[in-house]
Amino acid sequence: MNPLFTYAKRATTATLLAGGLLTAAAQAADEPPMTLSGSKIAAQSGATIYQSICQACHQADAQGAQGAGFYPALAGNMKLAAADFPVYVVLNGQNGMPPLRGLLDDAQIAEVVNYVRSHFGNHYQDQVTAEQVAAKR
Amino acid sequence: MELTSGLTRRQVLGIIGKTAGVAAMYQAMTALGYAGESTEAATRFALHGAPKDTSILILGAGIAGMTAAYELKKAGYSVKILEYREKAGGRCWTLRGGDTFTELGGATQKCEFDPGLYFNPGPWRLPYNHYGILHYAKTFGVALEPFIQVNYNAYVHSNKAFGGKPVRYREVQADYQGYMAELLAKSINQGALDQEMTLQEREMVIASLKSWGALDDNYHYGKTISAAWRRGFEVNAGGGLMPPEAASQPLARRELIESAFWKRIITGQLVEFQSSIFQPVGGMDMIAQAFARQLPGTIRYNAKVTNIHQDERGVSVQYTDTVNGQALTEQADYLVCTIPASILAQIPMNVGAPMQAAIHSLPYGASSKVGLQFKRRFWEQDDFIYGGISYTDLPIRSISYPSTDYGHPGKGVLLGGYTWEGPNSYEFTAMTPAQRVQKAVEYGAQIHPQYKTEFDNGVAVGWHRVPWTQGCYGQWGDDEHLREQHYKNLCDIDGRIVLAGEHCSHIPAWQEGAVLSAQDAISRLHAKIVAQQ
Ligand SMILES: Cc1cc2nc3c(=O)[nH]c(=O)nc-3n(C[C@H](O)[C@H](O)[C@H](O)COP(=O)(O)OP(=O)(O)OC[C@H]3O[C@@H](n4cnc5c(N)ncnc54)[C@H](O)[C@@H]3O)c2cc1C
Ligand code: HEC
Repeated sequence: MNPLFTYAKRATTATLLAGGLLTAAAQAADEPPMTLSGSKIAAQSGATIYQSICQACHQADAQGAQGAGFYPALAGNMKLAAADFPVYVVLNGQNGMPPLRGLLDDAQIAEVVNYVRSHFGNHYQDQVTAEQVAAKR
Repeated sequence: MELTSGLTRRQVLGIIGKTAGVAAMYQAMTALGYAGESTEAATRFALHGAPKDTSILILGAGIAGMTAAYELKKAGYSVKILEYREKAGGRCWTLRGGDTFTELGGATQKCEFDPGLYFNPGPWRLPYNHYGILHYAKTFGVALEPFIQVNYNAYVHSNKAFGGKPVRYREVQADYQGYMAELLAKSINQGALDQEMTLQEREMVIASLKSWGALDDNYHYGKTISAAWRRGFEVNAGGGLMPPEAASQPLARRELIESAFWKRIITGQLVEFQSSIFQPVGGMDMIAQAFARQLPGTIRYNAKVTNIHQDERGVSVQYTDTVNGQALTEQADYLVCTIPASILAQIPMNVGAPMQAAIHSLPYGASSKVGLQFKRRFWEQDDFIYGGISYTDLPIRSISYPSTDYGHPGKGVLLGGYTWEGPNSYEFTAMTPAQRVQKAVEYGAQIHPQYKTEFDNGVAVGWHRVPWTQGCYGQWGDDEHLREQHYKNLCDIDGRIVLAGEHCSHIPAWQEGAVLSAQDAISRLHAKIVAQQ
């Protein structure tokens, strides 16, 4: 990914927020639902699941982040080539990343893995199914 | 233990160490009162007799790192701390007006609270039985005040119960207790427990239930004056020609049970939340500041550790100055590392496979907190809630009112949301800070409509976005298997390196865990060093 492009995109978001220009309507359209009951995330589509959980650490643009440690980028990440790997990581966690098996059902994990593998500069065509996720639990 | 032979404790330890090894020596130290067998011993903790010119490097200036530094210095070691942040305390942290915080992802918040108002994004309360952390707070002269955990006049709320109208905690507690007493008394009277108890015992139990539940002479819980003394009156007793007191109508039993509101009355009964429970006056980081004052010139700030290496001669730690980008190295004889495992897992360090596996196996839990400033303390002025916690099943989970400055006429800051694990913790962390504040105001207004007109400004922290912890706490969880497999390997000394911190304790997500872990780690390290002399 072109670093200049990333920078420009971030700056735009920041400016919008700082200026309070983001209208309520625009926000509502983008916003994933908040969970109002139960132990599973309410969001159902790949994009909204990503925005509800993964984005907390991997960030909105999937570029990851750097502080005293780091969150890896999922954007353009070669390790996503085999769908089994992200399915395994989401179910079981990796280092500080908690296992998310309790927050997401099989269909949700399939949705979000398919989403990440086909966005953020990842272009993997094959899809993983809820049944395949269930087999890995 | 009495020592009658005239040998000093140190000499005794030296002999045991040389003849019987480190494990035996550690046991002896426990008996001699150096290391803690009971957590109360934390108040008497002291090490003595560091071998001359022995240096110990500490990584991280949180509560664990500073406990280690303070005690090792007193024992005579030469001590230095490397700390990533620009100040001491780690998770022991307070945000006040003028402070800024930049989270992972780059969003920067500037706290705009009025002078004197604050918000603790992390630790906020200190139970009386956390002997270690209270010991240091008292030793360093940190002023403490009561933290109101249980407030009978605070609310319990759910949109799925009582038409979404908040009810008072005292009503939930009194009514739940009353109905349970009634049910039990009835079933005893109907002979359901005749097999369990003798007649005499049954009579005693029924008498106790009548008193415990405020039941009437028919063992019924209802709209009576004695119940009103628990749950509150419809009309309070007054003076002069004011109307006489009147009993209030209890909540409907079935709805109360189905609401699950009774869950809320257990929290304050747990030993970690029982009275007395405290907070430092002015913010939790008063403890961090007090620790730092005990360690002048010891802490190297803005130091991001990037590599940890040990060999026969000592330890060598590479770090980057986060201000100017300079790469630097620090050497010492031994190392106490308190960097959270979430981050340590990403730093190369040559320790054995068991410790390495342990570090890589510990996930970090999720939590978020929102601090909101309002133009006036409406919770006191309109709702008569002074400190304490209201509970809700909305995504904000709870609202906590400041346990300080009661009756103050100016602005006030409350905790407008505190999520712990579960979907909402991730959802709040995934938002921008502005969205978190906006959501907390939106949901809180369902309990306190005053939010709509009185909201002033806010700050919000999602702990996985905190650059120096990447999470709230080491999540050993209920999976005993994880602890069984890795906990001892995480805590055991590996060559010249020992780990300490909240994650190396059986008290996760409490500062007490950090203190006790540090005391225990340095006791074992000291034993090893002395034994090798
Ligand atoms: C939301 C929340 C609520 C809590 N509530 C309470 C409570 O009410 N009462 C209570 O007692 N406890 C509470 N706790 C727990 C308490 O905050 C922790 O247990 C304790 O502060 C941990 O101390 P520590 O020294 O182990 O770790 P930390 O405080 O995290 O210290 C580790 C230090 O290492 C530094 N570091 C990290 N990476 C590097 C690096 N690469 N190089 C150099 N330095 C580095 C960090 O900056 C930090 O200063 C709460 C915690 C949270 C998050
Ligand atoms: C609480 C923070 C957090 C959340 C939420 C989170 N991750 Fe992670 N993720 C991490 C961390 C930390 C790592 C491991 C970094 C390391 O190797 O030390 C990681 C690693 C990964 C990896 C492996 C990447 C690599 O290069 O090794 C994948 C794939 C991944 N995450 C996918 C996801 C997906 C998909 C979601 C949402 C369903 C998600 N993560 C949610 C923190 C998180």
